[in-house]
Amino acid sequence: MATKTVGAEAPGAVSEHLTPDDRVALLRYMLLMRAIEERAMNLYRQGKVPGSFYDGFGQEAVSVGSAFAMSAQDRLCVLHRDLGAHLVRGVTPARILGQYMGRDGGVTGGRDGNVHFGDYRVGCVGMVSMLPDMMLVATGMAMAFKLRGEQRCAITWFGDGSTSRGDFHEAMNWAGVQKLPVIFVLENNQYAYSTPLDQQFAVNPIERAAAYGFPGVSVDGNDPEAMFEATRVARERAIAGDGPTLIEAVTMRMHGHAAHDDMKYVPVEKVEEWRRKDPIDRQEKRLEALGVDTAAVREEVKALIDEAVERGLQSPMPDGNTVTHGLFADEPSLLEDGNAPWSGFKGA
Amino acid sequence: MPTMTYLQAISDAMREEMRADERVFLMGEDIGVFGGAFKVTDGFIDEFGPKRVMDTPLAESAIVGCAIGAAVEGMRPIAEMQFSDFVSCGFDQLVNVAGKTYYRMGLSVNITVRLPSGGGFSGGPFHSQNPEAWFMHAPGLKIVAPSTAEDAKGLLISAVRDPNPVLFMEHKHLYRRIKGDVPTGTYETPFSARVAREGTDLTVITYGAMVHTALEATADLDGASVEVLDLRSLVPLDEEAILRSVRKTSKVVIVDEANQTCAAGAQVAAIIAEKGWEDLDGPVVRVATPDVPIPFSPTLEQAVLPQVDDVREACRELLEY
Repeated sequence: MATKTVGAEAPGAVSEHLTPDDRVALLRYMLLMRAIEERAMNLYRQGKVPGSFYDGFGQEAVSVGSAFAMSAQDRLCVLHRDLGAHLVRGVTPARILGQYMGRDGGVTGGRDGNVHFGDYRVGCVGMVSMLPDMMLVATGMAMAFKLRGEQRCAITWFGDGSTSRGDFHEAMNWAGVQKLPVIFVLENNQYAYSTPLDQQFAVNPIERAAAYGFPGVSVDGNDPEAMFEATRVARERAIAGDGPTLIEAVTMRMHGHAAHDDMKYVPVEKVEEWRRKDPIDRQEKRLEALGVDTAAVREEVKALIDEAVERGLQSPMPDGNTVTHGLFADEPSLLEDGNAPWSGFKGA
Repeated sequence: MPTMTYLQAISDAMREEMRADERVFLMGEDIGVFGGAFKVTDGFIDEFGPKRVMDTPLAESAIVGCAIGAAVEGMRPIAEMQFSDFVSCGFDQLVNVAGKTYYRMGLSVNITVRLPSGGGFSGGPFHSQNPEAWFMHAPGLKIVAPSTAEDAKGLLISAVRDPNPVLFMEHKHLYRRIKGDVPTGTYETPFSARVAREGTDLTVITYGAMVHTALEATADLDGASVEVLDLRSLVPLDEEAILRSVRKTSKVVIVDEANQTCAAGAQVAAIIAEKGWEDLDGPVVRVATPDVPIPFSPTLEQAVLPQVDDVREACRELLEY
């Protein structure tokens, strides 16, 4: 049950399970996430994104790397700074941009905003603002897998602040007691809104995993390959019937809690220090050392997002007359499988 | 047709659905080996095994949250709150996750939550509540509250098969007190009101245990013909049946065992005020538990919960209006 640290500063592949194409895919998903969020922030400033705007700038490796390790039949409960997970599963950038703008063509058709969405057709359940409620939903999914004897796994992400709420305890305990195939990713980005870690917990929460009877692993959250590898190992463990894993992704929230937050409570040096660990810069350097033309990947992503913004803007606003429709389901809908682009699943 | 207690009918509904549908399973505190605090699941673990009759940690938020997770993965969980009062600990998962998921994302949440509710036997402030109104105010949750054994079985089967979250309010004080004929096999009871007794002079509108209080209070009321409307379902609320009865009798007494402010009966009164005004021959009268916690001592508890005499007196006064 000892806690250990994986992750590396080395330029070589952190995981022997990643092909060169996989490593480029990780970069591409991170670039997509950043490009979408940067464009959405501009749209917000132009008044085209209602409400507020939340992003995961600097944290792209956490969701991209871990979602990349999940199979098509696995299920995901995704947090608001983890847009990358939706992209890995196959949600299109145009639908995401439509979502931010409250458009009919957004993933929730304007019924919810920002990253409060999950496309059940790709195996994702959208989060609610009461964090970390989705830890329990993911635990319940894992319970269904185990009841049916299926080799599948659920994963969910939550922040450092979430570890203070009761649902964190209830989910960790339940998953430990029933030895469920679930992966808990604690996205430690140093601040819960303005509250720093030392006002959130007296013990590093990764140490708590042992108290629930399963391992906790602390990972460099700004390395997509380290995130992938830790998640891959946790998933192997889960589907082998050995139970849950808590992964702490150590990262930094590089922007304010939301668009209105100037983050004055964070020392400038701290932001500078983390800027040097930018996950996209690091992955680019690695790939450039391998001779990959990363500029071409950037160009491709930019063209894709330009087009997605246009399509998002063309989507109409939802019709106010439909607002009371669809409160209750007439027919059941169930989660469906999503994309699983990792080469390890090809031909599986 | 066999005669069953209200409690046996609830057990029978679950047993039949579990035999018919392997997606159906039970989860709750002490429901397995012990058979449940009220013995509703007595013997289930022997027939269905510990996987489908799951003893859970003492964690109501987790019971609801995990039921949601299992449901979106294609299971049909029936989650038990040991007492309805403890649903306060699962409130967030019900209101924010279960109730809003389909509206937000088109993903249905097929869970049934059983809530042993109500007072009348010195359960005190934490084992006697009727929390249905908390959830009537939260969009996306259906709520049913049977008063008879036959409806207890049929409504529970309907709840399990409904693709939406359904709260099943089962009144503890009816468990062994009420018996009735219950059809064998599986059948669905619609989420609509039922006329418990036809009448022409006055209508008592109520649900759950208060249906029996109302029937007793008005069985012999100076020769008056009193209709008793058993709502059975609170969400959806059967507006048509309510207004039909108001048109017929023109006088209405609404009885809630729940605390009176914003109780289910308050919504019934509002519907009548809005849409049945022209049909009324007197004020809408309410009998409900005052806004205090349910006290422990029998004399105090009886003083707050609506009694047969309270309902009789309210009806008599309105008939004379």
